[in-house]
Amino acid sequence: MKALTRPVPSGALRKQELQLPSGTVVTEYVGSNDLVYAVTWHGPTLPNLQLILGNYFANLKAAAQQPAVRRRLVRVNSPDIVIESSGKMRAFAGRAWVPTMLPSGVTAADIQ
Amino acid sequence: MRKLLAGVICATVLLAACGGGGSSDIAPGGSSSSGGSGSGGSGSGGSGSGSGSATTNNVVNAIVDDGPAALAANGQGAVNIMYVSVTICAPGSTTTCQTINHIQVDTGSQGLRIISSALNSTMLNALHPVSLGGTAGLAECTLFVDGYVWGPLYSADVHFGGADTATSGESAPNIPVQVIETSPYPVPSDCDAAGMSTPENTVTTFGANGIIGVGLFNYDCDTYCDTTEGVSNGNGYYSCTNSGCSATLVPVASQVVNPVHVVAENNGAFDNNGVIIELPTVGANGAATVSGSLVIGIGTQSNNGLASGATVLTTDANGFVTTNVTSLGQNDTTSYFDSGSNGLYFEDSGIAGCTESYAQGFFCPASTTSLSANVTGHNNQVVTIDFSIAPADMLFNANPSFTAFSNLGGSAGSQGVGTFAWGLPFYYGHNIYTAMENVDAGGTIGPYFAF
Repeated sequence: MKALTRPVPSGALRKQELQLPSGTVVTEYVGSNDLVYAVTWHGPTLPNLQLILGNYFANLKAAAQQPAVRRRLVRVNSPDIVIESSGKMRAFAGRAWVPTMLPSGVTAADIQ
Repeated sequence: MRKLLAGVICATVLLAACGGGGSSDIAPGGSSSSGGSGSGGSGSGGSGSGSGSATTNNVVNAIVDDGPAALAANGQGAVNIMYVSVTICAPGSTTTCQTINHIQVDTGSQGLRIISSALNSTMLNALHPVSLGGTAGLAECTLFVDGYVWGPLYSADVHFGGADTATSGESAPNIPVQVIETSPYPVPSDCDAAGMSTPENTVTTFGANGIIGVGLFNYDCDTYCDTTEGVSNGNGYYSCTNSGCSATLVPVASQVVNPVHVVAENNGAFDNNGVIIELPTVGANGAATVSGSLVIGIGTQSNNGLASGATVLTTDANGFVTTNVTSLGQNDTTSYFDSGSNGLYFEDSGIAGCTESYAQGFFCPASTTSLSANVTGHNNQVVTIDFSIAPADMLFNANPSFTAFSNLGGSAGSQGVGTFAWGLPFYYGHNIYTAMENVDAGGTIGPYFAF
């Protein structure tokens, strides 16, 4: 998978942005320990969420068995991981973060 | 691309139980109540372009009800799903045809897809596989956020509207249609993986006999699948033989097409620029069933003009507008109007979610909550919408057989910015225009929503 990666300076938030050939943009939020604590995506195709979410993909998969909205929305809301995957053909958007890993001063509202 | 918190820590954590939703269907009482729609509209009435009679070429009769028989047989019932009938024929034939009911109307997707079990054996044998040449057939993995459908493409003459026959209404001759089935080609592993092993390849898992995507775009993939990648992360087109399937580029003309892009009326008139969904008002308690219309075309006939009082909200390239719920003070920048969403879905941590399994995923405030939102288009036009969210459990318990609710909503997320899906509840009592990309629709170039 060819992709364009570039760092995106944004104040206190260290982000790494990756654009897929389809135009979908995946943004990784990186902490001072170099671990990714949050990811967002938006664009015409779904990115590889198994790759992005790692072990947490299983959480999303289980939630998909009982989606909040058929074909439009899947949510995982737990202390360990929050995942919001939404959208429709040619227009997907999603966010995922580990609540306990948000740097001080960073809230879920900053993850977009 | 690095994994989210890859490594030792998450591997040893006992993960909490998944939160979020139940099915969008409710387990119904099976018998029907004959209650009509409630009195007193709560929304502002739609400005009217009247729909024509039931046999007008560009008018498709639509219904909101509990869905195809297979759902009820499986203890399921649809809620806020709009259905039409579609007639498909073998290419060039007006006799080898089948009219299929309970096809979901979806302004959030493009293309006609039919569950194979809804087709009789005559039709399945009469349809022509779409091929790029040779013995290989085209098939498609269509991903959703919660799963996928898979199946080969067939060429068919597609008719809808008018009298629901092959010789009335709107017709799209010889277009690719996805027939959802796992034979003759089994699901590729990357499709199943990306679709989270959650196929929706049956009537009961899909919730309809099929879906007609009449959204903002002309094709379900377009140039990207023609020139760049046939398959991305499992999603897209495959060339298949008995030996297996492999990803392939597909010329746009062979891709699954939004039928509105290519239809012509029986009398030769053209309505290829969008659709209007016209559903009557539904009162605070809901309705057993609702009848309305899917009107094809905007500003092309005497019955589909852009109403003078309508506001046009153009979208960005992905089809989004921005919604700001006044009490929340946040901008939901991935917002859209969508007949394929069965509720008003947005983030509001101030509204309780339902705890009952049959209402999981919906809002259950202590009492019906009135809200207001400003929706801004890419063209900076703004519309204010007043809406209500009622407790879903109360709605479902009061009338277990009702299938249409104008005040049903659910949470789209836990906090912060997000999406706002103006689903079918907003369509009741408003004529909502969905104008397609790059074409004039009533004086404005799409894509846009208007109401």
